[in-house]
Amino acid sequence: MKRNTGWYNNRFFPWMVPIVFVLLWQVLGHYKIITSTLLPTPLEVFQAAIRLFNTGDLQEHVLISTQRALIGFFIGGIIGFVLGLFNGTIIFFEKLTDTTIQMIRTIPHLALIPLVILWFGIGESAKIFLVAVGVMFPIYINTFNGIKNVDRKLIEMGSVYGLSRWKLFTNVILPGSLPSILVGIRYALGVMWMSLIVAETIGADSGIGFMATNAREFMQMDIVVLTIVLYAILGKLSDVIAKLFEQRLLKWNAAFSKK
Amino acid sequence: MFNIELKDVRKSYGDNEVLRGIDLSIEQGSFTAIVGKSGCGKSTLLRLIAKLEDVSKGMLSFSGEEANEPKIRIMFQDDRLLPWKNNLKNIALGAVNLAAAKESLEKVGLIDKQGDWPDQLSGGQKQRIALARALASNPDILLFDEPLGALDALTRLEMQKLIEGLWKQQQFTSLLVTHDVTEAVQLADRVIVIDSGRIQLDETIDLPRPRVRNEKFTYYERKILNEILGG
Ligand SMILES: Nc1ncnc2c1ncn2[C@@H]1O[C@H](COP(=O)(O)OP(=O)(O)OP(=O)(O)O)[C@@H](O)[C@H]1O
Ligand SMILES: [Mg+2]
Repeated sequence: MKRNTGWYNNRFFPWMVPIVFVLLWQVLGHYKIITSTLLPTPLEVFQAAIRLFNTGDLQEHVLISTQRALIGFFIGGIIGFVLGLFNGTIIFFEKLTDTTIQMIRTIPHLALIPLVILWFGIGESAKIFLVAVGVMFPIYINTFNGIKNVDRKLIEMGSVYGLSRWKLFTNVILPGSLPSILVGIRYALGVMWMSLIVAETIGADSGIGFMATNAREFMQMDIVVLTIVLYAILGKLSDVIAKLFEQRLLKWNAAFSKK
Repeated sequence: MFNIELKDVRKSYGDNEVLRGIDLSIEQGSFTAIVGKSGCGKSTLLRLIAKLEDVSKGMLSFSGEEANEPKIRIMFQDDRLLPWKNNLKNIALGAVNLAAAKESLEKVGLIDKQGDWPDQLSGGQKQRIALARALASNPDILLFDEPLGALDALTRLEMQKLIEGLWKQQQFTSLLVTHDVTEAVQLADRVIVIDSGRIQLDETIDLPRPRVRNEKFTYYERKILNEILGG
């Protein structure tokens, strides 16, 4: 691809729109064109963040939410990955379970909420369960498809060279399906935060979702907006981390390697 | 060292009989070329010998002094390098150790590319890496399925020289499928023409090496070409 050398091709240009947007929002709020009971200004949101940071509430709730997200992600991710692995490599397992999994997958996992509340109440396990279920399917599907789409010719080459099953897996099948698996992980990270937001809004006594519902009851608009910003930051952060992994693990692939 | 013996070998895919009774005995260390029209069953024959597929009828055997199985490698038209391994590690896949892989990489003249990814190489260079990978394991039998088919004329000539040189040096049994009759006469001791699943011509090329394109060379070329086109 041709490198673009236009004046707009630098690191800061893509940030222009968000910066102008925030400035405009501040100005409109400052001159009371937007009333702060409807939407607080960016500065007020920032001040709320400082206030909660100083009391320690901010860190505590963010930490709890992150913990829930990660625990759910790991449980769901590992189940999805292992299922994808077995179904992708062993025809017997694929025939046995793939149709069933595809059927369950079509149910939006948030539709399980009433059931989950009945099973687990509104405690920690309910939230982790919802995140895990949401994360499991994208990782399963991308692992499964990734393995299924590994170039047959490379597998044939492996058998000409007499690779054992394990060596074939570690040298050919796993690296060949890694791009797809990482796509699944990135997508699942989005699902992870979304599931958590919903779960925490329904019922919690800690976490970012609790901060939001609590602030709503007391009409603390600045904190409500702050929680939205927090989710955005956490979502972006996990995406950036996933991207870094992609660049490291797929550096052989011209589409991912950093130029 | 192994001889390859085929006795009335047949191969069918469903109702389609692709190979219809191949009798062939290939001597250890020899260089045989297989030519024929597209779809006549050349690749199928190689895949049978490489044990990538099973013979439907007949017998395929390897005979030699040693009791163990021959080590067979195959080079395809595409390089089949693993894009996620650097060139040296790709070769190491076929080698006992890294030293052997390096030695093999030196033989094909690409030692300075050892740390690069395969995708950073040209098509001809990739095929040289694939050749190095095949040679690194000291194969008894090396099968070539049009490995030079996708290369430009100049690179082909270079690769032909390289293959001939390495064959002389390492003494593996070579079986080359090609659609280029000149290439067949240039490299092989013996050229076999296949037509609709049967051997139509089995010609010994009685020319000294290195071969020059003299009258006798042209005679062989024309004879084989006529056989392919006439058949
Ligand atoms: N896996 C397969 N399943 C069914 N038919 C096959 C299969 N492999 C090959 N054939 C058939 O066998 C015949 C011979 O194929 P083969 O690949 O051996 O031809 P070829 O001589 O190598 O041709 P080319 O010069 O084009 O490579 C073709 O008609 C092909 O359709
Ligand atoms: Mg072929």
